[in-house]
Amino acid sequence: MIRIVLPFHLRTLAHATGEIELAVEETPTQRSILDALEARYPMLRGTIRDHATKARRPFIRFFACQKDLSHESPDAPLPDEVVSGVEPFMVVGAIAGG
Amino acid sequence: MSGVRVLVGTKKGAFILTSDAKRQKWDVSGPHFAGWEVYHLAGSRVDPNRLYASQTSSWFGQVIQRSDDGGKTWHQPGTPPGEPTTTPDGMPMGESNKFVYDTSPVTGKPLTTHMWYDGSQHPWEFKRVWHIEPSLTDPDTVYAGVEDAAIFRSTDGGKTWHELAGLRGHGTGPKWQPGAGGMGLHTIVLDPKNAGRMFVAISAAGVFRTDDGGKTWAPKNRGLTSKYLPDPTPEVGHCVHRIAMHPSRPNVLFMQLHWNVMRTDDGGENWQKVSGNLPSDFGFPIDVHAHEPNTVYVVPILSDSLHYPPEGKLRVYRSRTGGNEWEPLTKGLPQSDCFVNVLRDAMCVDSLDSCGVYFGTTGGQVYASADSGDSWNAIVRDLPAVLSVEVQTLA
Repeated sequence: MIRIVLPFHLRTLAHATGEIELAVEETPTQRSILDALEARYPMLRGTIRDHATKARRPFIRFFACQKDLSHESPDAPLPDEVVSGVEPFMVVGAIAGG
Repeated sequence: MSGVRVLVGTKKGAFILTSDAKRQKWDVSGPHFAGWEVYHLAGSRVDPNRLYASQTSSWFGQVIQRSDDGGKTWHQPGTPPGEPTTTPDGMPMGESNKFVYDTSPVTGKPLTTHMWYDGSQHPWEFKRVWHIEPSLTDPDTVYAGVEDAAIFRSTDGGKTWHELAGLRGHGTGPKWQPGAGGMGLHTIVLDPKNAGRMFVAISAAGVFRTDDGGKTWAPKNRGLTSKYLPDPTPEVGHCVHRIAMHPSRPNVLFMQLHWNVMRTDDGGENWQKVSGNLPSDFGFPIDVHAHEPNTVYVVPILSDSLHYPPEGKLRVYRSRTGGNEWEPLTKGLPQSDCFVNVLRDAMCVDSLDSCGVYFGTTGGQVYASADSGDSWNAIVRDLPAVLSVEVQTLA
């Protein structure tokens, strides 16, 4: 089970509280878990990744295991700790603005 | 009992202000979509309970919200309230967020680049919806003006959006460029007497008109002068801030240009300057009295470098002569130490008798006049910076 932590505004939009747990059948990658997230919470489409290109939005970051994975390939396997559910995959809004 | 519903978009959410026809006591609800920028809310003329809102964020992108009960509850179109938010059968929910530029060959030759600040060509990139304009006849049909400048239409109540690509593709697109606030299509004016005609305004490109329901478009900027351009009278490139029309006289439009207040009497074919005795002809909003087609309102701002009222006095200026002769309206407005701005979509009028006039400021005040501008009161004083103000006159 993949654990995903969303920022406040996306939890509100998804009517979700706390962490989200997702079963991902494919090899867990950024792309596959975000596909699974958007399938379960379709209102999040376009809020994390561009609707058309699927590129990460500029002010969104992906953290896990104390590392910034934002610039990793979306098809790279995720760390074992994320795959096993020991560590969450964190979707983070960049700190900026007022 | 008649009344009004004022829809206020701010930097940190939406607020709905309601009153009876006296417009003296107000109820305030909100924030809706707390923490998000709400560029604009608008209600259908044919179904006043149908509202649309543009909820947007530099972080999380664009969300369209809809209310079917006058703003009491909201949902993303395609995800009805109370229904599961999951899609076990792959229903295309979430499509209401999807604003994708049309690149299909069927619709002509939509452009992929426009002029960037440095004069180079830059790809069109969707950022947000600036303005929502519901159809005059169908509550499920609604237009959206977006940044980077384009117009989209939904015919299913906001569930899906499709670009009217003939605007970007008509030929002058490579010459459009962003103003300081971005390259937004911020104004959509529908002609109530000609279903095929509408006007849009883009910063910084100018005014465009379609006569065939959005399939083909042409620039309508003859007579505009923009002294900040190397050629002050180009076909496109003008930073038009706002245009407004009285529904009884759709060939007459008024414009707040970056500098200059303008008027056309022939549907945009020719524009004339009507700034007259204004203390500054820079500003953002402009609107027309509901019952007097020659009565026009603007809020002069000192300059493009100094976005606050001249002399620290917040004054609405009214012309009862269709321009050129303007009188300051000050009763109830701060006349010292006031340095707020009033943005382009933040002024509107109701259609009660006498006409109500409303505007919101970057300082978070929403002012209302129930007597055509003669006197003003603040409905609220401490909202986040106001981005837009719309009013619905309720039967």
